[in-house]
Amino acid sequence: MDFILNGAPVSADPTPGERLSQTLRDRLSASEVKVGCNAGDCGACTVLVDGLPVCACITPAHQARGKRVDTVKGLLQTPEGQRLVASFQAHQAAQCGICTPGMMVAAVALLRAVPAPSVVQVQDALGGVLCRCTGYRKIIDAVMDATPAAIAPGGVGTAMARLDGLAKITGAEAYGDDVAPLGAWVVKVIRSPHARADFAFGDLQAVAALGLTVLTAADVPGRNAFGVIPAYVDQPIFAQRQTRFRGEAVAAIVGEAAVVAAFDPEDFPVDWTPLPALTSPAEALAPGAPLVHPDRAGNVMCRGRVRRGDVAAALETADIVVEGRFQTGFVEHAAIEPEAGFAQQVGGRLEIHACTQAPGMDLESMAEILGMDRADIRIVPTAVGGGFGTKLDLSVQPYVALAALKTGRPCRITYSRSCSMQSTTKRHPSAIHMQIGATRDGQLTAMRFDGDFDTGAYASWGPTVANRVPVHASGPYLVPHYLAETRAIHTNGPPSGAFRGFGVPQSAFALESLLEDLAARLGIDPLELRLRNALRNGDATVCGQVFDQGVGIGACLRALRPAYDLARVEIAALGAGGRFRRGVGVASGWYGCGNTSLPNPSTIRAGIRPDGALVLHQGAMDIGQGANTVIAQIFATALGAPVDCLVLIGPDTDLTPDAGKTSASRQTFVTGNAALRAGLALRAALTTRLNVAPDAALTFLPGQVRAGGQSLSLAALPPDRFGYALSTEQSYDPPTRPLDADGQGAPYAQFGYAAHLAVVEVDTALGLVRPLRFTAAHDVGRAINPLLVEGQVQGGIAQGLGMALMEEYIPGRTENLHDYLIPTIGDLPPIETLIIEEPDAHGPLGAKGLGEHVLIPTAPAIVNAIRDATGVALHRLPVTPARLRAALTEPRHD
Amino acid sequence: MTCLQVTKLQDALQALAGGGVTVIAGGTDWFPAQGDRPIRGGLLDITGLGALSGISRQGTEWRIGATTTWSALAAANLPPGFDGLRAAARQVGSVQVQNAGTIAGNICNASPAADGVPPLLALLARVELASVRGTRHLALADFLLGPRRTARAPDELVTALILPDPGAAVSGFAKLGARRYLVISIAMVAANLTLHQGRITAARIAVGACAPVAMRLPAWEAALEGHPLSQPLPVPDLQTLAPLTDVRATAAYRRAAVATLLTDLVTDLIAKGAS
Repeated sequence: MDFILNGAPVSADPTPGERLSQTLRDRLSASEVKVGCNAGDCGACTVLVDGLPVCACITPAHQARGKRVDTVKGLLQTPEGQRLVASFQAHQAAQCGICTPGMMVAAVALLRAVPAPSVVQVQDALGGVLCRCTGYRKIIDAVMDATPAAIAPGGVGTAMARLDGLAKITGAEAYGDDVAPLGAWVVKVIRSPHARADFAFGDLQAVAALGLTVLTAADVPGRNAFGVIPAYVDQPIFAQRQTRFRGEAVAAIVGEAAVVAAFDPEDFPVDWTPLPALTSPAEALAPGAPLVHPDRAGNVMCRGRVRRGDVAAALETADIVVEGRFQTGFVEHAAIEPEAGFAQQVGGRLEIHACTQAPGMDLESMAEILGMDRADIRIVPTAVGGGFGTKLDLSVQPYVALAALKTGRPCRITYSRSCSMQSTTKRHPSAIHMQIGATRDGQLTAMRFDGDFDTGAYASWGPTVANRVPVHASGPYLVPHYLAETRAIHTNGPPSGAFRGFGVPQSAFALESLLEDLAARLGIDPLELRLRNALRNGDATVCGQVFDQGVGIGACLRALRPAYDLARVEIAALGAGGRFRRGVGVASGWYGCGNTSLPNPSTIRAGIRPDGALVLHQGAMDIGQGANTVIAQIFATALGAPVDCLVLIGPDTDLTPDAGKTSASRQTFVTGNAALRAGLALRAALTTRLNVAPDAALTFLPGQVRAGGQSLSLAALPPDRFGYALSTEQSYDPPTRPLDADGQGAPYAQFGYAAHLAVVEVDTALGLVRPLRFTAAHDVGRAINPLLVEGQVQGGIAQGLGMALMEEYIPGRTENLHDYLIPTIGDLPPIETLIIEEPDAHGPLGAKGLGEHVLIPTAPAIVNAIRDATGVALHRLPVTPARLRAALTEPRHD
Repeated sequence: MTCLQVTKLQDALQALAGGGVTVIAGGTDWFPAQGDRPIRGGLLDITGLGALSGISRQGTEWRIGATTTWSALAAANLPPGFDGLRAAARQVGSVQVQNAGTIAGNICNASPAADGVPPLLALLARVELASVRGTRHLALADFLLGPRRTARAPDELVTALILPDPGAAVSGFAKLGARRYLVISIAMVAANLTLHQGRITAARIAVGACAPVAMRLPAWEAALEGHPLSQPLPVPDLQTLAPLTDVRATAAYRRAAVATLLTDLVTDLIAKGAS
């Protein structure tokens, strides 16, 4: 079959029924065509066929015969493509970059038809491409900007383009599915179709006879278990005898790609005996419920608790007490890149190339699973097409590793979307009861919080959620009497793990909804009520931790005042009543950066080669949030070197020291501090040798460094063990103190703070909520790169909006991206980001973490806006049209 | 397995008569249904049949070829009576899906939430089916038997949809979903109304995603016919609907939402027709 690919004639021989995406990627090396769903639901694979955008994943390959097919790579050379590359860079319209090729192709088609499109035209044209990172607004800005002006590279405080942006925009970036060698064998995992079932294998030899290698628990040489918390490593690589959730792995097949493709997993010889399954914590807690894990009594995996003062007495004596019960469901991360990677044996060692947020943890876990020395394993992370917490856990790594070891060949895997959704972690469903006591004038006196979190079949990060929530459930408020207790409950649901915020978005929904009750009952302006109670420097948190500096929640709330007053005026002008009603809502959030009272050091290595090249070993996984740029900007500023002359060596357990996991909003803070120290140490080494003042301006030239008229010849220095003329390795670990049995201590060295305002319009007849705009104030201490800050804010709001209005994962029902809905480009209104810089004494140049903070206030701000519009308080997320309409038509009791 | 790419209708019909082949056109429903399971049996690609694509007027009827894409429909120069169908065309899946997906594929896939079906019902569409045995026509309502079930015999190919000229009717479509784009409908409604001398003189109303197949509302149509435009609309009669509760919405919500959608749509069309 002949066709024209990116202007050049090509020939390919697809199998009948082959997807065009597969032909382009596997047969024609067009790896810039990214595949997110294989169902036309995400648009990442968008290409032009005879000039029209189509999803290559649902286009029969043979239909390309004789046609013109253009991928992003071919379109880069067109005038529209060149303009878009520049504007996507200038606006940072790419974060993780996995959807960017699809966005670019759809945008080229639009600009050819409409050179100066409106917002709505951009939305209509790009509505078929999902993005999980950006919140879309920067993509809209980029497509509309005909004359993009990029900001020159610079150090801390510069809104420069991403250092890795170009690769993402051009499709050159290599993700988990883009790196396997040609001819690698393919692994497919056989999974349980039942939430709980006994099983027995039939004739596995029959599978082997087809030319397939079978992997089961018997093939795991080390420990057949993985997990992220040492005391809770409980999830088998392959289940034995019984499965505990739908999608649990029992076996895998390995073979040549064509042989695996021809095998229907339904034909795998396994007999299932479905068993009654626990589908909710209520069922799991019922007397006599079967135990998901025999050693976890009552299906309670663990508990968390923070106690301060005497909450019972304080609630008793409060002038007013508000209380409520709140419920949220499973939320799927829906990174557009499904988990993927490959493994191969190299010189007696094993290399695992896969998308991950935690290469160091992957190494530790894989050594245990494989029964190998860590020194014999190399983890080489690929680019990550979105993570949001789910890629902290192992997914594909054990399967490709076991396959490569058993077959002796490079072995690859890419999860299908349904496999990814079934088998990887989710946000914990929650059932929360909360009481808040206050004085007549709106001073908070007491909070009582009880939260049950559905941690699913295995532990994953459930203990972290159980511990983090009690520390954060008070919000950034002064609460003298406090008791927060949590339980992580096992069910036969998918494992709940880490998802942006680790349970705090759920608790903030309860807290901030009740504060709205309180404001209404006391007749106090909701923003004023929050301001009155906002933590200040010198206040004790509910853990008894006192920050003498850096507490920025008051500044965040004050920053919302103009937007709040404007919204009030607008809404009042519209008048009450009618079918379409507007409302404004606010909510706060805080989040401790780094691990809770546990060490989590980061190490940065940097060196200068004899030829003068400045090399930064940047081990903080950039999953789209921008660590590659932020860490480099901090290092460059500390060293006093231009950021764009740095050579970056990314995470790789052979080449780059461990910068810890990309989690807990810790990279800018923790790895940033290590980078700051490394930059300062290298500077000190240079200024000492140059015999100039420590703050002397350095000039980096080929083979030499100059300062104050002095010159240092780098070639004259003996190379160190890494081959550098000079190098340094610096670590940072945040200072924390353990929490006692009542959760008193110093869990985090710093918190970041946030306050959001949402304006919504509600169609009361249809129960539809249309967010009209957001104003988001974030105290980031110091904005290392203000454009990256905006990107985090907009993307977090998009996920918060999804959690508030549409996202709920239901096993067996919403295992794809058309039944599980995430926001599209038409669902995000304009977002104004107000950057607050209340410097933190521990942060690098004052900076605080940001990633998780954003998602925390968004959903309650939306729910409070709905309440403002309609008078109805929603106690369950998501607020689907059906739920909202039901709530609006229920008889009112207030 | 094979993939037969035909350029002559007779070759396609012969292949279907031989059995064991699955018809594929845009592929926008076929691939998602297939997932990553191996393909069994042969494929018959009909997108090479030029005669099956395009829209033409033949006397008092319009003919929409089976492989006409949603994009082609949306861009076509058609009278206002097709506005509902064209609006639906712009809301099927995404632009990418509209560029590939075909009108016959939409009805053959027979999803209860097929966006194309309500406006086609409101346009009184008939389905043209060809086989080596000959050609027959079925009313669309008779073609659609249930979720994923149609009256198409295994050896038959849908070759076109035939629609009577809608005359001076005004037409519209509304789709309700939980997000802006790429959304499977919670419910959708379509209407073709003829307005004359201050009254509704003819009404064709259809509702999708509220029963195993999309359906017309004859009782409300009858209530609307003769209705003076100046009077408040009669309350939609939805007794024949049988909405389900699923992940997208409850049955009760669907019933209530459809009443609102219908009233909104008809009110808009009356305003449009009057202006």
